[in-house]
Amino acid sequence: MENYLSLFETYDVPAAFWVNIQLSFWAAIWALAIGTVLALFRISPIPSLQWFGAAYVNIFRNTPLTIILAFGFLGLFSVMQISLASDLNLSLFRIAIVGLALYHAAFVCEAIRSGVNTVPLGQAEAARAIGLSFLPAARLIILPQAFRGAIAPLGNVLIALIKNSTVAAAGSVATESSGLMKTMIEFRSDLVIPIFLTFALGFVILVIPIGLLTTWASRKLAVAR
Amino acid sequence: MTSEPQPAAPASSGTPLVSLRDVNKHFGDLHVLRNINLDVARGEVVVVIGPSGSGKSTLCRAINRLETIDDGEITIDGKVLPAEGKALTKLRADVGMVFQSFNLFAHKSILENVTLGPVKVRGMKGGEAKELAMSLLKRVGVDNQAQKLPAQLSGGQQQRVAIARALAMKPKVMLFDEPTSALDPEMINEVLDAMVALAREGMTMIVVTHEMGFARRAADRVIFMADGQIMEQATPEEFFTNPQSERAKDFLGKILSH
Repeated sequence: MENYLSLFETYDVPAAFWVNIQLSFWAAIWALAIGTVLALFRISPIPSLQWFGAAYVNIFRNTPLTIILAFGFLGLFSVMQISLASDLNLSLFRIAIVGLALYHAAFVCEAIRSGVNTVPLGQAEAARAIGLSFLPAARLIILPQAFRGAIAPLGNVLIALIKNSTVAAAGSVATESSGLMKTMIEFRSDLVIPIFLTFALGFVILVIPIGLLTTWASRKLAVAR
Repeated sequence: MTSEPQPAAPASSGTPLVSLRDVNKHFGDLHVLRNINLDVARGEVVVVIGPSGSGKSTLCRAINRLETIDDGEITIDGKVLPAEGKALTKLRADVGMVFQSFNLFAHKSILENVTLGPVKVRGMKGGEAKELAMSLLKRVGVDNQAQKLPAQLSGGQQQRVAIARALAMKPKVMLFDEPTSALDPEMINEVLDAMVALAREGMTMIVVTHEMGFARRAADRVIFMADGQIMEQATPEEFFTNPQSERAKDFLGKILSH
């Protein structure tokens, strides 16, 4: 037990989790923004936008996240020398956020689209009938109801995103939790199982409230019909 | 297409407010609108009846282009109904629509349902729109429900709100697509009464309905459709007492025998 507790003096586990929380937070905001725009493309009346939205979703949803993040580090950063900050680590951190956001935007788009499917067609027809064009109808009538119908699937995307933030290690964000776990296992192979369990528990603690919250909110905010 | 005489004259003269010329539409192999020609004069109340699948709802929905048409021309107040874009949006704002399933915006209060169009489409100030909305809600008798959500109202109340929502846009013509078909029987009259009042005030109305009583009470002209065609048109008096076509006789025989 003392052995185990000494781990926390040598290694800053909460700081590593904090990196994952930050990665997830920023990636979630960008993924939500990009995913909403993609969903608008997919339900828009313009064929080229529909095509773009569908192509984006199919490409990013079907590409392994590890490859996207490794491409961010090796392709964007090393080869193309694209830097998002003067500080090396901050730049890698931001590139990882971009990769996580682009990947999860595809899933956000599909979650919102499933929310749009909960909105009866008559709502859009009524919006058109009073003279609203596509964008105002989407903004005022369709999306507010679609988001409320999409809370649970969006929660699932957020849960996946938090866990997937550990893949940022593939994008050389060494400070995040799975990177730290690897280091700890390397130096304290006597405690492999407790170390695994510590990180597993950490993620369970992070994720469970999100599941509870989204279930509660999707009931609370459901549109009465 | 119809070779029947078309005896009913429009209620008033001048250019028609709504005009359909040689309108055709197919759903796949089904020819739902066959060469429809129809003029509706300003202030006229036209009731469209006919068996299910006769194309009467499609006709109604085509007039504000919720259904596209394959060929022909629809004009509203002299302007040809555009295919898409801002011009279509603008024209739709002038055409009120009441649906069978009410379609009130489910996440907005009754008041917001009525003010949304005037504020977002007409650019009316919030206070002014609220005043207008409350007066319209009062007119259809649901002003005391203004703060509730649509799901908290009965079907009849929701449909009356839908009428107020359409009126708030100050439309030139109102389309009713089977407005009482989804209602419990005891709520049908409250909606029909609101429609009759509207007709008496001189609103131009095109009403698809199965309510023959409404047709008798409020219609200037009855149009009978079957198989995507206008089979005959006449004043309600004439149509109900002396239908010309076999299809109309058959239809009336079926619905008026009880």
